Amino acid sequence: MQDPTSQSDSDLGRVEVKETTCYMCACRCGIRVTLRDGEVRYIEGNPDHPLNKGVICAKGSSGIMKQYSPARLTKPLLRKPGSERGDSDFEEISWEKAFDLMQERLGKIRAEDPKRFALFTGRDQMQALTGMFAKQFGTPNYAAHGGFCSVNMAAGLIYTIGGSFWEFGGPDLERSKLFIMIGTAEDHHSNPMKMALADFKRRGGRFISINPIRTGYSAIADEWVPIKPGTDGALMLAIIRELIHQGLYDREFLIKYTNSAELVVDDPKRDDHGLFRRFEMHVEEGCFDPENKLWWDRELDREISTHTPGTDPRLLGSFMLDDGTPVKPAFQLLKDRVEEYTIEWAEDITGIPADTIRRLAHEMGVVARDQKIELPIQWTDSWGNEHDSVTGNPVSFHAMRGLAAHSNGFQTIRALGILMTILGTIDRPGGFRHKAPFPRPIPPCPKPPKGPEGVQPNTPLDGMPLGWPSKPDDLFVDDEGEAVRIDKAFSWEYPLSVHGLMHNAITNAWRGDPYKIDTLLLFMANMAWNSSMNTENVRDMLKDKDENGEYKIPFLIVADAFQSETVAFADLVLPDTTYLERHDAMSMLDRPISEYDGPVDSVRIPVVEPRGDCKPFQEVLIEMGSRLGLPAFVREDGSRKFRNYPDFVTNYETSPGSGIGFLAGWRGKGGEKFLKGEPNPRQWEMYQKNGCVYHHKLPKSYQYMRNWNQGYLEWARYHGMTRYVEPITLHLYSEVLQRFRLAAQGKLPGKQPPERLRKRVAEHFDPLPFYTAPLEHKLVDTHQYPINALTQRPMAMYHSWDSQNAWLRQIHTHNYLFVNPKLGEASGFGDGDWIWIESPTNKVRCMARFSEAVEPGTVWTWNAIGKATGAWGLSNKANESQKGFLLNHVISEELPPCEAGDHMSNSDPVTGQAAWFDVRVKIYPAGPEEPKVTSPQFKPQKRVPGQDQRRGKWQAFFAGKFRRKHNIGD
Amino acid sequence: MTQLALVIDLNVCVGCHACVTSCKEWNTSGWAGPLTDQRAYDEDPTGTFFNRVQTYEAGVFPHTETYHFPKSCLHCEDPPCVPVCPTGASYKREDNGVVLVDYDKCIGCKYCSWACPYGAREIDEKQRVMKKCTLCIDRITDMTLPESQRKPACVLACPTSARLFGDVHDPNSVVSIAIREEGGYALQPEWGTKPANHYLPRRKTRIQIHEDELVRADNPLKKEQLPSLPEGGETLDDVAW
Repeated sequence: MQDPTSQSDSDLGRVEVKETTCYMCACRCGIRVTLRDGEVRYIEGNPDHPLNKGVICAKGSSGIMKQYSPARLTKPLLRKPGSERGDSDFEEISWEKAFDLMQERLGKIRAEDPKRFALFTGRDQMQALTGMFAKQFGTPNYAAHGGFCSVNMAAGLIYTIGGSFWEFGGPDLERSKLFIMIGTAEDHHSNPMKMALADFKRRGGRFISINPIRTGYSAIADEWVPIKPGTDGALMLAIIRELIHQGLYDREFLIKYTNSAELVVDDPKRDDHGLFRRFEMHVEEGCFDPENKLWWDRELDREISTHTPGTDPRLLGSFMLDDGTPVKPAFQLLKDRVEEYTIEWAEDITGIPADTIRRLAHEMGVVARDQKIELPIQWTDSWGNEHDSVTGNPVSFHAMRGLAAHSNGFQTIRALGILMTILGTIDRPGGFRHKAPFPRPIPPCPKPPKGPEGVQPNTPLDGMPLGWPSKPDDLFVDDEGEAVRIDKAFSWEYPLSVHGLMHNAITNAWRGDPYKIDTLLLFMANMAWNSSMNTENVRDMLKDKDENGEYKIPFLIVADAFQSETVAFADLVLPDTTYLERHDAMSMLDRPISEYDGPVDSVRIPVVEPRGDCKPFQEVLIEMGSRLGLPAFVREDGSRKFRNYPDFVTNYETSPGSGIGFLAGWRGKGGEKFLKGEPNPRQWEMYQKNGCVYHHKLPKSYQYMRNWNQGYLEWARYHGMTRYVEPITLHLYSEVLQRFRLAAQGKLPGKQPPERLRKRVAEHFDPLPFYTAPLEHKLVDTHQYPINALTQRPMAMYHSWDSQNAWLRQIHTHNYLFVNPKLGEASGFGDGDWIWIESPTNKVRCMARFSEAVEPGTVWTWNAIGKATGAWGLSNKANESQKGFLLNHVISEELPPCEAGDHMSNSDPVTGQAAWFDVRVKIYPAGPEEPKVTSPQFKPQKRVPGQDQRRGKWQAFFAGKFRRKHNIGD
Repeated sequence: MTQLALVIDLNVCVGCHACVTSCKEWNTSGWAGPLTDQRAYDEDPTGTFFNRVQTYEAGVFPHTETYHFPKSCLHCEDPPCVPVCPTGASYKREDNGVVLVDYDKCIGCKYCSWACPYGAREIDEKQRVMKKCTLCIDRITDMTLPESQRKPACVLACPTSARLFGDVHDPNSVVSIAIREEGGYALQPEWGTKPANHYLPRRKTRIQIHEDELVRADNPLKKEQLPSLPEGGETLDDVAW
């Protein structure tokens, strides 16, 4: 061999280096792609990128195997006449024919009843376009995957502090001293979190993980606190109680920046019970929380307008207004609420020893109080007070699906938000910090349509498909108070379902409840496998026919880059590109990649040519929007307005002349403006020159306390990021929730819930957090099904869909059910045995693996490793389909019949968040005669036209030679 | 003499496998490539990796620790794999101490993998030659790359910067300082192989809160005490004899 030091890698072929943005998961790290002779040689982190600063994860480095995967779809496909759904019998068609088919079908739907077209996308981050397309089409039946992912986290915190974790905000680990991660949370913002966590530990920060399972980042926690699933709310409430009783709360913060001292009417007989006492003042119609409320002045011993200079209000007490109205400060109501939530009570529910809970509370409270940070940064608050410094309490948190994916998750997350609030940690150094465009008003301004009249033929939707209700009248219901959307979002069943309920779309459409639809378009959503609950039955629904022999969901279009399980059920398949082959915009109109110090957005620019005839889904939408004559896509004369997606991104404005478009950077004719400005014809070029990312660093004085930072709020208003400059007071007490409760109690005029739902709404729309066991635990026999079952994603597959990836699948080739040895032994099986896991919904045969890193009442597995036989370009013998399994089969998408209805979603009653983690199971050994193969099994999925040939026994990737050797076409 | 090596900080390694695939990615198309995969899309896929992460549990619930342990060739100062090689294919570079295999000389006899107490070598079943970590020799010595890029792929990729790279013979290098100051240790020193790579142990941060720290003079509850003295009403003073 030649001496390795005597040659350079760049001598081995023609080298090109291009920068773009990763999409192997949802992190969106900046990457540099080195090509050798046009083939991907190396993908590395971009050292100049603000998000990942040069690092890259296991998935990012395996992007090559995705690019050249034999699961790639390369041709538009039409189900063969006479073939059945699910059989994967397709014929290649041209794009022209595919567009003609869609134009005819969708054009007819739009002219008759646009809601018979439903568009659901598995990924967020393209919602700026997909959501806009749905609105322009005129259908409300649109959502991304948030409803079955983590909407409780988004809604629970945004309705409390005006921001949330991940894209919305996060822990300031750079200055934190104590960091608490609760539940599985790692696959959101994973690379930045890994980087920050390592630095945090090196600086001597203390890291506590509260989780039924010790995997992921919990492995490096200084302390692991195992907890029973679904009981996090009980823990948080007990901690809040202890902090209040010890006086370990930030009084000054609560008074100035939250509604803690504001006076709430406290008379259950009155119709305004539980609402803030507001005095008359001119209030502009809008979505902010006007400042016309009262405090109780300590010195004068009477009510006074909030934030009156020189006033010190009471946080605790019970008072009578001059007009005889009994009132209490919101903080007193919180104190009253948590009185029953003693540490000993929480010990029984959570399984955490009382001493541990007490110690956790004291650690949080004392660190927050005694290790105060003071930064010499001047700022001015919303009430005109000038501050010489920004202060902070260095306790921070991170949580995502572990808390969210329970039916009690919304109130649990409210409790977390309140815990973070009473510790005084919101948008302050060392605590939680927002990311632009957050903080937003509580709740943000966009609203769904008000009723069925919002959906009209050949007309854009009158409202946003997804919005933020602030009162019952914002709900999207008919005269009976029933749902207008196919997934029943924004109805009384799930009033604050701000991300929709994609997990019920297929079941509802199949049942024709509330109505039948015609065409379902799924983009990047594996609804016939790991993205659905109750998967086996959902697969049957997709191919079920009515009495006339027609499919109950008449037309199914699937857009994907890979041969997923869902592709087999499609009538029409649209081959998408990979992330290396297309333009994308991670837009400020959706969820950008902003940092704590200011807005950041980014783009993808193709580094290789698309394979075969695949086409970016964005181009499909632009083409269809133009063909259907949707107003945003055509000129007044009906002619096509945008050449292609890059042209659209450059020139589209949210309304003519608004200056707001998909990208925030380099706006204005010459690229001299940001956030708001005229379209810039050279905008893409400017992004490309800057590593495909735009980062606007705010001045230091605008980087903290943004809910009440006058300078920041004016800046945000000036640049079109927010509608108001009013302070965003934290909702320790949620009047928004109370309004829904009053409606359910018949005390608020306007929209009323159907009778069957009154009790449910009144219970769950509690203005203060409360603990109740998850719904499913109350409706199934927990003696028969005593075990909780959870899933997590392994780090090499966080937020990805890559178990078909040749390298990553060698790391996790199949999954096991992890079981505490004590539970396994008590259940009659040993490590490595084949067992059954059974719920009231279904049962799955799988292999057990003993683990001491899980609490004994819980079993768990790596999610989405198991695949259907033959899918994803894998052989029929692949471990993923034979030994690996999918837990989703045992998780129901609907609750057992109950007072609220026979087909209620298995979801949070406030937000419609899919309650994956509520599932209860029993486990028992499989019989010795049973095959050593996972069950259920499905008929092997056939390869589709345009997929690569099988690769053979050996695969040796060497950039520049690989495609030729394996005969992989461009 | 220079001895390049990795120091791996188990205190921050979260087991994400970034080092595993970035290594595979760089090396499969580089000087030491390809890193062949067998049955890549079939049953029991297996392939050549220069670096793997093993995960262990220690202790009994609830006192469980989960350890992620990245493992690759340790570039021993006295590598047992070198003298056993019948063809001279296994060798240790004099200029930087990196242990390499010359595939042209390797006959795939596996003596070296038997001799290695760490299981760090991987046979390429297709090419029938032994392969192993090269510390990305074709990156770290490529003077056409900027200095910041002349590091092993795993080091550049690692999101927790758990992998330090440098000369363990230079007392002022980042790796020597880490070994000296952070309790760095070598694997199985009893074998006398003097591994160049070292590991840093787990460290725990605790907070001790004494009971008398709980209540401070400025406890906010004091502000919520009753507003004024009660007026009227009977007191003990009115009724006591």
